[in-house]
Amino acid sequence: MKNVVLCGVGGQGTVLASKLLAAAAMAQGENVHTAETIGMAQRGGSVVSHVRIGDGVYGPLVPKGQADLLIGFEPAEAVRNLPYLKAHGAIVVNSSPVKPVTDSLAETSYDGREMIDYLGQQELYLIVVDGDSLIQELGSAKSLNMALLAAACQGGYTGVSVEELIDAVMKTVKPAFHEENLRAIELGRAAVK
Amino acid sequence: MKMLLMGNEAIAYGALYAGVGVVTGYPGTPSTEVLETIAKQKRIHNLQDLYVEWSINEKSAMEVAAGASYAGMRTLVTMKQVGLNVASDALMSLEYVGVEGGMVILVADDPGPISSQTEQDTRRFAAFSKVPVFDPSTPEEAFEMVAEAYELSETYHTPVFLRPTTRICHANAVIDLPEVPFHVKPAKGFVKDSERWVIFPKLSYQNHLKIEERNDRLTEILSDYNKNIIVNCDAPSKKAIAASGVSAAYAREGLELIGAAPRFLKIATPFPFPELLAKQFLEGLDEVLVYEELDPVIEQNLALVCHKYDLNVKIRGKLTGDVVRAGENSTEAAAEVFAAYLGLKPPVKGESPKIPLPVRPPGLCAGCPHRASFYAVKKAMEGRRAVFAGDIGCYTLGNAKPLDMTDTCLCMGAGITVAQGIKRAEPDTVCFSFTGDSTFYHTGLAGIANAVYNQTQMVAVILDNSTTAMTGHQPNPNTGRRADGEVAQVIDIEGVLKGLGVEDVQVVNPLNQQAARAAVLHAADVKGVSAIIFRAPCIALFKPKDRLVVNKENCIGCKVCIMELGCPAIVKDGEKVKIDQNLCHGCGLCQDVCLTGAIGQKGELL
Repeated sequence: MKNVVLCGVGGQGTVLASKLLAAAAMAQGENVHTAETIGMAQRGGSVVSHVRIGDGVYGPLVPKGQADLLIGFEPAEAVRNLPYLKAHGAIVVNSSPVKPVTDSLAETSYDGREMIDYLGQQELYLIVVDGDSLIQELGSAKSLNMALLAAACQGGYTGVSVEELIDAVMKTVKPAFHEENLRAIELGRAAVK
Repeated sequence: MKMLLMGNEAIAYGALYAGVGVVTGYPGTPSTEVLETIAKQKRIHNLQDLYVEWSINEKSAMEVAAGASYAGMRTLVTMKQVGLNVASDALMSLEYVGVEGGMVILVADDPGPISSQTEQDTRRFAAFSKVPVFDPSTPEEAFEMVAEAYELSETYHTPVFLRPTTRICHANAVIDLPEVPFHVKPAKGFVKDSERWVIFPKLSYQNHLKIEERNDRLTEILSDYNKNIIVNCDAPSKKAIAASGVSAAYAREGLELIGAAPRFLKIATPFPFPELLAKQFLEGLDEVLVYEELDPVIEQNLALVCHKYDLNVKIRGKLTGDVVRAGENSTEAAAEVFAAYLGLKPPVKGESPKIPLPVRPPGLCAGCPHRASFYAVKKAMEGRRAVFAGDIGCYTLGNAKPLDMTDTCLCMGAGITVAQGIKRAEPDTVCFSFTGDSTFYHTGLAGIANAVYNQTQMVAVILDNSTTAMTGHQPNPNTGRRADGEVAQVIDIEGVLKGLGVEDVQVVNPLNQQAARAAVLHAADVKGVSAIIFRAPCIALFKPKDRLVVNKENCIGCKVCIMELGCPAIVKDGEKVKIDQNLCHGCGLCQDVCLTGAIGQKGELL
């Protein structure tokens, strides 16, 4: 069984990423259970998706301390969801922050770096994807989710290969977005040596 | 054919395979996708015989479905738990009357709560209304239960609840769908019988006796239902676990985490309670720990079974302080509670991060016209005592700082009436209500009529963004479309207000701040009820206009834009500010606020 937690901020495409990972795993004949945040929390709030691949699953949610992999679309959200990760689990995280309105209003300055540093101090396998340069190359933050997912697949943490992910994108995503998603996937793959 | 389906989609498919013919509902998280999925399948498969509607509220939905069931149609009515409060007048009587065609009432509960006003428990409502309830523990079970609920409904001529919770509704599982086409089970047609369909005290008395007798029988019959089960019946321990709903899934996984396998009871029909099965489970035990969300329903029922059959078994759970009284359950929480109960080692807990994290409350989207509406009222009322009664929808988020423009929020439609009550208690205050377009039709009309009839001075603000945004953009009487995509007659809000006797109705685009503030100033001093319709579409309905940028030379770093509006697209950039081009929707509100003209379109400024 593989437990994956994907987290980010409403609007970052967490739900779609979890759907694609699930579709890719299903295409390999795996049983899959997922759970998503829908509704009020989506409006700029923290969102978490759970993907459970394999048999022996009862509940839809990954229990805390049981995730093999955490994909963080936003640095602070990755840290917030660390309790899901099991000992020596893996994290793939985007370094580019989404600043909450509360931070703009307060005299604080959150820029994500302190979160990446904190993750670096933990005993886990960490892949940091440079979100800013990725957004620059892609022209927008819209398909950052695909890049992160591809990096996780390339790192060997999902049980799904990048090619299998691409297959899932071609089958699941509207054709108009294929090119952009594929570019993001290639950039995500290249981010992992 | 195997498909990964969301619990709500699985329920929708279950109803379609069961031959449902009339589907009604009102949107509400976490129930919304059930009706949406059925409407989508109707379009895809061109199912002409299938009727689907978004009703204007849950009471209407319940009554439309009841009528169709009287005529022999299989019906489904969908809502969230608080929606059942609105529909409860119909429900309570409907159980006394009964149905002909199978009727399933889908009510989604929301432990947490994640997107609701209350943590009310529909299993309680089932016992209160005497309506049987199915409580799925997985999406797979929910799919199968739909057909079983229709069978029960038709066998006993009663509506039946299907009550998933958020983690069933919004969980996805692989469902093996049968390779048969959807069909609508033909209805026999309405058969005139005033002894049956017209509720009268004498009939109610007779039917009350029959209902109690039937539910007594169901406690036996449901003891054999294959989803009410005992696991590990021969476990040596005299301590056992009982659970229901998604908590049953958490419980079983939690037991695996701590390596325990005690006797385990899973309840799928909390009402009528499968008494004989429970008695069999309890025999020979010393103690049972009950793991369930919301109210201690299973716990109390087991205690009653002990009482009734003279069993000396201690029932533990919420009432004994072993399990938390509010909020969601989880596998890890189950493991911890069970470890303490069984005297085992608790599982390792993931550590909480030791670094301060930015808080991220949900807020209005960048470019949301509600922000402009709230801001116009706020500025116009500066220096005057005013109260802002809010309502249910995206615009409840107007409570967030810095807008801070939602002083009350109670339930659907209550903003209009709460404003009236505050006015009666403090006559010198200017009282505003804020109501979205869908909420206005849902339960707002009665409040307007009440204010006009009683000549209460207030300003009813209608936030008309032409959609039901919070639940995912369902159509409503304002949108010109119906649930199945067909063209509908628009019920004009302005005309409704005037028809109800509101003489002073202004229609304004809130993004025109000058006009919006002038409208507020005018309305505040109108005698009796006045109304302002702030009309501008939800930003999710159209592509962004030209995004705005900050000219760093003109920006003096005062941050007035941030402090006044709290738009997620405006962020600090060193001493100055910048506009996130991924979020900006080009609404232009910040342009109005900027003191130095530093915000504009790229071509104009840079």
